[in-house]
Amino acid sequence: MATTTPRAGSHRVPPPELTEPAPRKLYRSAEGRWLGGVARGLAGHLGVPVSWVRILFVALVMADGFGALLYALFWFVVPLGVGGVDTERPGLIGTAPGPDGRRRLFARKPDKGQVLALIALIIGVGIFVESIHIGRVADSYIWPLLLIAAGVALVWRQADNARRAQWVEFSRSKRVLPVARMAAGVLLVGVGVTGIVVIQGSAEHLGAVLQATLAVIVGVALLAGPYLVRMMQDLSAERLMRIRAQERAEVAAHVHDSVLHTLTLIQRNADDAREVARLARAQERELRAWLYKPEGTGKDEEEAPDTLAEAVRRTAAEVEDHHGVPIEVVVVGDCPLDERLAAQLQAAREAMVNAAKYGGEGGPVQVYAEVEGRTVFLSVRDRGPGFDLDAVPDDRMGVRESIIGRMQRNGGTARLRSAPDGGTEVELEMERAATT
Amino acid sequence: MTENGPTAAEWPPAGPAGSEGVGRRVRVVLVDDHRMFRTGVRAEIGETDRTGVEVVGEAADVDQAVSVINATRPEVVLLDVHLPGGGGVEVLRRCTPLMGDPESPVRFLALSVSDAAEDVIGVIRGGARGYVTKTITGTDLIDAIFRVRDGDAVFSPRLAGFVLDAFASSDAPPVDEDLDRLTQREREVLRLIARGYAYKEVAKQLFISVKTVESHVSAVLRKLQLSNRHELTRWATARRLV
Repeated sequence: MATTTPRAGSHRVPPPELTEPAPRKLYRSAEGRWLGGVARGLAGHLGVPVSWVRILFVALVMADGFGALLYALFWFVVPLGVGGVDTERPGLIGTAPGPDGRRRLFARKPDKGQVLALIALIIGVGIFVESIHIGRVADSYIWPLLLIAAGVALVWRQADNARRAQWVEFSRSKRVLPVARMAAGVLLVGVGVTGIVVIQGSAEHLGAVLQATLAVIVGVALLAGPYLVRMMQDLSAERLMRIRAQERAEVAAHVHDSVLHTLTLIQRNADDAREVARLARAQERELRAWLYKPEGTGKDEEEAPDTLAEAVRRTAAEVEDHHGVPIEVVVVGDCPLDERLAAQLQAAREAMVNAAKYGGEGGPVQVYAEVEGRTVFLSVRDRGPGFDLDAVPDDRMGVRESIIGRMQRNGGTARLRSAPDGGTEVELEMERAATT
Repeated sequence: MTENGPTAAEWPPAGPAGSEGVGRRVRVVLVDDHRMFRTGVRAEIGETDRTGVEVVGEAADVDQAVSVINATRPEVVLLDVHLPGGGGVEVLRRCTPLMGDPESPVRFLALSVSDAAEDVIGVIRGGARGYVTKTITGTDLIDAIFRVRDGDAVFSPRLAGFVLDAFASSDAPPVDEDLDRLTQREREVLRLIARGYAYKEVAKQLFISVKTVESHVSAVLRKLQLSNRHELTRWATARRLV
């Protein structure tokens, strides 16, 4: 998953294949970072080596701590990003595919330049600390401030990690570590604040201060709580909708693809009217199923149907595609399939094939299925020449036996007759298997 | 949903489609937002001398439809379900006074590419006298138009199936005995229609006259339009699993 839209640095997004250095968005680098990736991100953005930027920050820190403030500002505002940064000199911590295929963090041995920069940083901080002589009072504020800074840095870095966890999977065993880091950061901040209070000489009011702080925090939580909760809910709902929309768009693309395919085939077979009608009907059925059935079925076509209505439609569609005769299906009610209904469907399939083969000229074949209580009634009607019971050709008699025989073997009934105004009608009736 | 070819000629008592063309005429307005479809239908059924159908107006959206219908006062309107401006249901709503006009009522026949339950039921409950899908043949369409003009209902097998589903005997007691239940006879008639029987065949099968079949079908249509049955007021497209 790529980056989020940055809030700082509105630059054009470069096309990925551009070889020349196009202006890039300012990101904090997620890879190869020491603290917050600010220096690396900035370095990548400006196209200068990382060490320069780091030394610059350290120098600014010595100038009354301005560098630290600037760094913190960058860390807060600039979003985390991947790519677009100079990856020639990998940082101390990098990612790579681990043995289980997931990307894992691992620490690299620092190279010479980084060690140099680290030493420079330590020296710089030391000088800074020494050089501050604002006064004994202000002097003692240093260590609480440092503690607070360390705690904040820890928490923010943890937030970064949480964001990164969306892109790069952390191993499960490290669950404890993020929580521990968060807790440590909060603790450090707490200690730092307490330190400030103590130094100010109001140690005896510490209890009151803590109570007041707690009250403020609770108040803020109460006020902001509902908004936060709603935001989270909206976020997850949004995500869900986006996923659904994506799925539907994929299905739509597939459908459009098949329509295109069918139209091409129709043009190719334009002379064969029967083939054209068959192609058109098959595509119409597919498109209709996608357009007018609720919420794009999550199942794909290869899955076996598990309700009667689906099974009947699927069977009719197959017979129709195979024999090129339109089959109309009307289903009333529905129920889950069982072995006896499966047998009934087999018999129905044979009846449909018969109707398509011998009765297709007079019009579409009508299939009707009804679930009434525990009985399932299925009728297949065609408008062909019909048949005279005595003068029926041998193979059709054989098939008829298999329809009637199959139904009777499974405890149902079958009736074949000539319909009132021409054509044949097959009526199949079956009791559903007793459910547990 | 195609009406069966050979039976089409047997449907109406006296059809003008070729045989007894005594100059039966019907004035029709086409309402559909697909211009190509309107042209096609007009070409197929609009030759007044041959078919008896005279296309007096066309419209492509709701507002246009209402104004054309009011201006030309046709006998039958071929109405598409999906129209910009609110759909066929909106046209029906705005033309309700015309439908109830005692002198020359305007009757609506829904003609759509969709066969989704909500669309069908919605437009029938809005006042349409029948529903056919666009795969219907020209001959069958002409017969359906005349049937609607004569005050009868046009029930395709698919529509009959929907009605049976909606009025399936369930445990909830009906609010209104008359409207919320189908009689045994009506059920039988609908079942046969759903199985693909033409009215004449239904009559033969049940040993009743074609007129009786038509009156049963009209009664069902009235129930469909007026019933406040749960399933109809909130048509659930999910089938009930028993």
